[in-house]
Amino acid sequence: MANVVLRDVRKTYTGGFEAIKGIDFEVGDGQFCVLVGPSGCGKSTLLRMVAGLETITSGDIDIGGRIVNQIEPADRDIAMVFQNYALYPHMTVYNNMAYGLRNRRMPEPEIDTRVQEAARILELSTMLDRKPRQLSGGQRQRVAMGRAIVRQPKVFLFDEPLSNLDAKLRIAMRVEIRKLQRRLNTTSIYVTHDQLEAMTLADILVVMNSGRVEQIGNPLDIYQKPATTFVASFIGAPPMNLMPLRADEIRSQFAGDSRAAGESGILGIRPEDFVISAETIAGGIALDLTVEAIERVGAETFVYGTRQHEIQGVAANPGELPPGEVIVRIPGAVAPAIGERIKAVAPRENLHLFSADGRQRIEL
Amino acid sequence: MEKSAVFNSSRLLPYALLAPQLIITFVFFYWPASQAVLQSFKREDAFGLVSEFVGLENYHALFAQPEYYRAMLTTLVFSTLVAGLSLLIALLFATQADKNLKAAPAYKTFMIWPYAVAPAVAGVLWFFIFHPSLGTLARPLRGLGLDWNPLLNGNHAMTLVVMSAVWKQIAYNFLFFLAGLQSIPKSVIEAGAIDGAGPMRRFWTIVFPLLSPTTFFLLVVNVVYVFFDTFGIIDAVTGGGPAGATTTMVYKVYADGRLGGNLGGSAAQSVVLMVIVIALTAVQFKYVERKVQY
Repeated sequence: MANVVLRDVRKTYTGGFEAIKGIDFEVGDGQFCVLVGPSGCGKSTLLRMVAGLETITSGDIDIGGRIVNQIEPADRDIAMVFQNYALYPHMTVYNNMAYGLRNRRMPEPEIDTRVQEAARILELSTMLDRKPRQLSGGQRQRVAMGRAIVRQPKVFLFDEPLSNLDAKLRIAMRVEIRKLQRRLNTTSIYVTHDQLEAMTLADILVVMNSGRVEQIGNPLDIYQKPATTFVASFIGAPPMNLMPLRADEIRSQFAGDSRAAGESGILGIRPEDFVISAETIAGGIALDLTVEAIERVGAETFVYGTRQHEIQGVAANPGELPPGEVIVRIPGAVAPAIGERIKAVAPRENLHLFSADGRQRIEL
Repeated sequence: MEKSAVFNSSRLLPYALLAPQLIITFVFFYWPASQAVLQSFKREDAFGLVSEFVGLENYHALFAQPEYYRAMLTTLVFSTLVAGLSLLIALLFATQADKNLKAAPAYKTFMIWPYAVAPAVAGVLWFFIFHPSLGTLARPLRGLGLDWNPLLNGNHAMTLVVMSAVWKQIAYNFLFFLAGLQSIPKSVIEAGAIDGAGPMRRFWTIVFPLLSPTTFFLLVVNVVYVFFDTFGIIDAVTGGGPAGATTTMVYKVYADGRLGGNLGGSAAQSVVLMVIVIALTAVQFKYVERKVQY
């Protein structure tokens, strides 16, 4: 039971590369925090700094009211689940889980109780005598979880624990991890690059980009009010449509709103907020599109179109759509034909406006 | 599942491709080995003009020789020391080189060099360094009050050949240990650190068990090395002396056959030696390898 607080945490490698550029956030007791971002954004480095596997250049990491900057990983009272599981290949499942307890000189009967209990929870009871190589990917993943929970640590750290599993198992394990965390009520920090995993697991979501925090908050708030165009295009699949607008376009679109006046900016609309309709919505936006491609996934269909009125400006962010392309998500499988001209409309309350550099959200 | 490519073009091609290896093995191993077996049942005069079949007489004579048992004991001492020390020291060096040090690449390169030195040359080097009257290191040893003389003192001579043989073999063992260490995933070691194991405990409970396949392989190779390949070192450093103190079994084969002219007895010795090494290797594979699988 502990909270984790990061205060202006930085990491500079010898040679001058700044991997972490000043990060502040707090994970409350029993909360599930997810660090999400593209590869190379520093999320794994940050997690390893919390674990004590990487040194901290400056700032403080506080676990349960104790600054742990100089404390060895073993003494931080944390447990970590690695991406490749990092099981001890020469030990049985039982010994893999008991190893950490034996190192702490826990009496054998107590070790046995804890390992059996963990094995029961994770449905590993029949596999305790097996070696890791005799297990499937999902079972290895559960052993790694077991090794973390027998210790009853203050904090669980997960470093992309599901990325080596196939899609179906990943969803099943995701639900398992969340259930287990709720049940044990242990503060957790979880690193992933998968925005869907991030959205479904997190109590607090931390979106990171090139060593900085882009936005922190409740996943739904982040989805509904992304703070930057980076967050807007990273969270949500397919990504939010981003369209650079000139100052005069903004003035005409958002007439009467003083906060949106005067400057060029970027307009964002989520694919699911569009409706294909011949009628415009008062105060909303209407785009004339030529259908370029259709993706049918059963329950929904994605329509890829090009805007007829090309709007110039602003370089694209990573992950952003090429200028001029708009994705529209429509329910069901009935879709317009390729080459057809359609009108996609979205109401005013579903429009997002960002500053021209994409770093700032303009509230409407 | 690994798939193997199948070539249907020619039935002879695979045999043709294997032939060079098979011919080499036959010419340089099976043929001489069979000749040795044949020779061990014969007695030949010193000029190689007459030979007669004598059955097991050479073996009877061999096992009646107290010198032969002495050579066995010498071999046991020598091989245990050389294999043990070279493995141990190489492992120590490899664990140090595996750390993230700035000079690690240079260190690794220097470590590997001794392996490129021919055994006889290495022997001559050590012979001169420790020569009682010429040696650069012999004088300081005398200065320390040690009456260093490998030419007269059997223990000193043994120490010297062991040092030379170990020095040469460390490079080889070092390479394999280093490769073995680098193949252990870093996250496994980190998991150990988080699980509360200190560096020493991590080494003995995680690193060393994971290195055991490498250690096993090296044990087999090193035993063969000390039994056969150290001949050049012994010949250059001590010539088996003083008074047979460094005459190992392989050196005795040479001394009796080549220098003593007893070809039949020498052949019998090489057969015994061959049987011992085959048996040792078989035992290693049967009992030790079973434990190193994980």
